[in-house]
Amino acid sequence: MTVWRRRLCGGFLALLLLPFFPGAPAQAALHIDITKGTITPLPIAIPPFLGANGPSQMGQDIARVVADDLESSGLFKPLDPRSFIETLKAPDARPQFGDWREINAQALVVGAVGRNPDGSFTAQFRLWDVLAQQQLAGYSYSSAAQNWRRIGHIIADAVYERLTGEQGYFDTHIAYVSEAGALRHRIKRLAIMDYDGANNRFLTGGRSLVMTPSFSPVKQELAYVSFASGIAQVYLLDLDNGRRQRVAGLAGMTFAPRFSPHGGRLLLSEAKGGITNIFSLDLNSGSIHRITADDAIDTSPSFSPDGSQIVFNSDRGGSPQLYVMGADGSGVTRISFGSGKYGDPVWSPRGDEIAFTKITGGSFYVGVMHPDGSGERLIAQGYQVEAPSWAPNGRVLVYFSQTPANASGRGFSSRLYSIDLTGYNKREVLTPGDATDPAWSPLLH
Amino acid sequence: MKGKIIALAASALALAACAGPPPAAAPGAPYGPGPARAAGAIVPGSEADLRATAGDRVYFAFDRSDVSPAAQQILARQAAWLKHYRHVAVRIEGHCDKRGTRAYNLALGARRAHAAKSVLVAAGIPPSRIATISYGKDRPIVLGNTERDFALNRVAITRVR
Repeated sequence: MTVWRRRLCGGFLALLLLPFFPGAPAQAALHIDITKGTITPLPIAIPPFLGANGPSQMGQDIARVVADDLESSGLFKPLDPRSFIETLKAPDARPQFGDWREINAQALVVGAVGRNPDGSFTAQFRLWDVLAQQQLAGYSYSSAAQNWRRIGHIIADAVYERLTGEQGYFDTHIAYVSEAGALRHRIKRLAIMDYDGANNRFLTGGRSLVMTPSFSPVKQELAYVSFASGIAQVYLLDLDNGRRQRVAGLAGMTFAPRFSPHGGRLLLSEAKGGITNIFSLDLNSGSIHRITADDAIDTSPSFSPDGSQIVFNSDRGGSPQLYVMGADGSGVTRISFGSGKYGDPVWSPRGDEIAFTKITGGSFYVGVMHPDGSGERLIAQGYQVEAPSWAPNGRVLVYFSQTPANASGRGFSSRLYSIDLTGYNKREVLTPGDATDPAWSPLLH
Repeated sequence: MKGKIIALAASALALAACAGPPPAAAPGAPYGPGPARAAGAIVPGSEADLRATAGDRVYFAFDRSDVSPAAQQILARQAAWLKHYRHVAVRIEGHCDKRGTRAYNLALGARRAHAAKSVLVAAGIPPSRIATISYGKDRPIVLGNTERDFALNRVAITRVR
């Protein structure tokens, strides 16, 4: 998909700024500090985007996507359009800020959509600081009409980024394993959807057991485990052309794939003779390097964002714990020391945290700790919560949570949830059926 | 032929006796004309035959893959059965209870399957006749959440290929 973006400036910005400069009161810049756990959501007004001749269905739909995205972050409170006083008539006109102050809006998004002669459409928006009466951002995007939801996500990312100072995460996908059928013989299909659950589609047919998808950071590609050959083996799936191939080099049972930060290498585990070690596959040359060499279980490797270190799961000390080592396997250091068993470590894209699954006292937890093992915090608990994956900004995680089945299999459900790394703002990510093993994509734009 | 089979069974039992007390729920007399066979339901050399005469599965402790004395006995009987049915190849499936991550349990299931295979190989079965596979926690034998349910899922099952 091609999205054209240009900054809205030119004459418009200059014209607007001039009248307000001399007399504008000194205002603290509108900013949300998202490092705190709980914050009061920022009231924001997002009227339906205007069409060329007044109201527009697409304009209304895009505004809804923007509002839903911002609301889902827990940082924004989109105001009810029925409370709006000013009826906007032209996207480039200066808003009546008093009318927006009156309903306690602190930020205002004014947008418009229009059809282009070639059938594509253009959406533009301006983000206003209502109290300071200043434009904070303004962009215009053009794309094919079917991409209207993505344009909404891109606009929401721009608003989020301008007001929080952090990278957005709305224009993203989540890949996961869709589950159906009897619990003892689950039918599992690889699926992918927008981060908000829209546009769900299945990537595999369900004939073979599949597990643990993981996104390439640089192209539309997934690594995952399939039993297509009869045993667990790692495959790559090109999302653009649907082509899949088993990774070469390791003939036996392979699993737990994860890409390097620049996408050139794939870390994975191989089980051979009851021993599981970690290997690095160069995706260009096909050469394989062994990273660990002991007689324990070493699995679930995940690179640090700078590629210099790997966190992994090992039972070399007697029970499954988390360890960090250099990218070449040197300097192995245990970092988890709490009670219970640890697994599924995933290094945050920001580098400052490692998310993990923990099993202790008959319960599952998702937690985070610093790469040196300090500051462990458990942020989700449940009968079975597992497999965290980071949003590209390293602020939000997605994981799956299951409810128990009784002996006849009733009562079971498996759902995806997103949660702030602070442990707040837990929300279900809607999937058409049972879901496990979520993987959050990089930003698509 | 039948005499040979019984002799084999006796040696398997002797092995088992060395390994410790027989399990409480030991299968019926190996290779004998049990009720099922009398009814004609079990084909000699089949997976059902293996299950009825030797026991097709061995259990493991939580997060462990050591072969217990009881498991040693069952595997000794499997080895005897495999020596008798020389044309039969098997696949050992490693399984885990749900109290582990998906990747770790795949590895643990592989280790359990390998542990069972090693006992068969040590008893003289050629490794080429024994494939292994791990399902981790993804193909549970039983549902439910009691300790007993979990124990039944910590298993290596020998299946005829």
